[in-house]
Amino acid sequence: MCTVCGCGTGEEAVHSHDGHAAPGYRPVAGGALHFGLGPAGAHVGGMSQDRLVQVERDILGKNNGYAERNRKLLAGHDVLALNLVSSPGSGKTTLLTHTIERMRDELPIAVIEGDQQTSFDADRIRATGAPAIQINTGKGCHLDAHMVGHALEQLPPLDHGLLLIENVGNLVCPAAFDLGEAHKVAILSVTEGEDKPLKYPDMFHAASLMLLNKIDLLPHVRFDVEQCIEYARRVNPAIEVILLSAQSGEGMEAWLDWIRRERQARAVRQRALRHVSGHSRTGDQAA
Amino acid sequence: MHELSVAQALVEQLDAIVRERHADAAISFRVRIGPLSGVMPELLTSAFSLAAAGSAVEQAAMELVQAPVRVRCQTCGAETEAAMNRLLCGACGDWHTQLISGDELILESVELQMPETAAQ
Repeated sequence: MCTVCGCGTGEEAVHSHDGHAAPGYRPVAGGALHFGLGPAGAHVGGMSQDRLVQVERDILGKNNGYAERNRKLLAGHDVLALNLVSSPGSGKTTLLTHTIERMRDELPIAVIEGDQQTSFDADRIRATGAPAIQINTGKGCHLDAHMVGHALEQLPPLDHGLLLIENVGNLVCPAAFDLGEAHKVAILSVTEGEDKPLKYPDMFHAASLMLLNKIDLLPHVRFDVEQCIEYARRVNPAIEVILLSAQSGEGMEAWLDWIRRERQARAVRQRALRHVSGHSRTGDQAA
Repeated sequence: MHELSVAQALVEQLDAIVRERHADAAISFRVRIGPLSGVMPELLTSAFSLAAAGSAVEQAAMELVQAPVRVRCQTCGAETEAAMNRLLCGACGDWHTQLISGDELILESVELQMPETAAQ
């Protein structure tokens, strides 16, 4: 049966649904939005069920497959990967260079930089001594798991280390693309306005942690920290929040502690997984 | 803007289904989209016509179904609808909730045009 006007099977006439849809789309009963695309918007009455295929496939399944491959590869080398997302100019690269400087004696760190053009950011990272791969997306507005997979091939071994992926500065598109990271970290600077989490809910919903950056500027701007955190929790009740300034160093230790804690939690999970799979192997042998 | 990547992925999947089922073309298909999927329905539609040009699914009509935003409350256990930028429990108002629907981007079904001989 046609889901738009309810015309049933067995109808002989071919009819068009253009009238429902022009221009653009229109909501109809049951929350469906029907798009009639010219003559092809026609449904043929009497369509047999074998021509209607139920698939329930994730549209980004291919990207998610690449992401799972990246995740397995990273887990095999015990690497914690973080996908850093924000608007342009939130201070991601400065945050990264200061993070590397403070942590490089603790563990190996590498960076994947995503930008539409130039290798300025990768150059800034390499100046700290950490390896960095620049991905230029051209007109693309986000990194995807396939690009990151190729970047991983080019990075030196990073066993028991930290991979920081700086996504293209954009609070919209990168939300939809899993790269194989352990967490998305959203960076919001206090010069941007506290309502960003409500304006870009997809991104703040997808992130595990929000870093409120540039807090050294709080005396000079109108930014309500409490309100911002409340907005972020509206779209993501579980989101964690750290206030910091990469420039002044305030709050940086809390961010580094968050990374250390995540690495430990990861190690515990990995050991538990190995323990479980070890048991199942023993079971197999007994059987 | 990333809707073009999503549309390309959609065309690839539809093309694969047309091939797997030995069909001539796709006539229509249905996509379920959540408000938190990061994809704008209008943009996906215009991107689809670009991505599908010249393929076996070029003429296919897209039907979009909006998935509701639904949350499960960890405090009272209720499952309720919520607004995309206010994921509070509709029963008790608590914010300790978990999203159970609203971020999906699913190709639900495809209507295929079969070759004449196969149809008889």
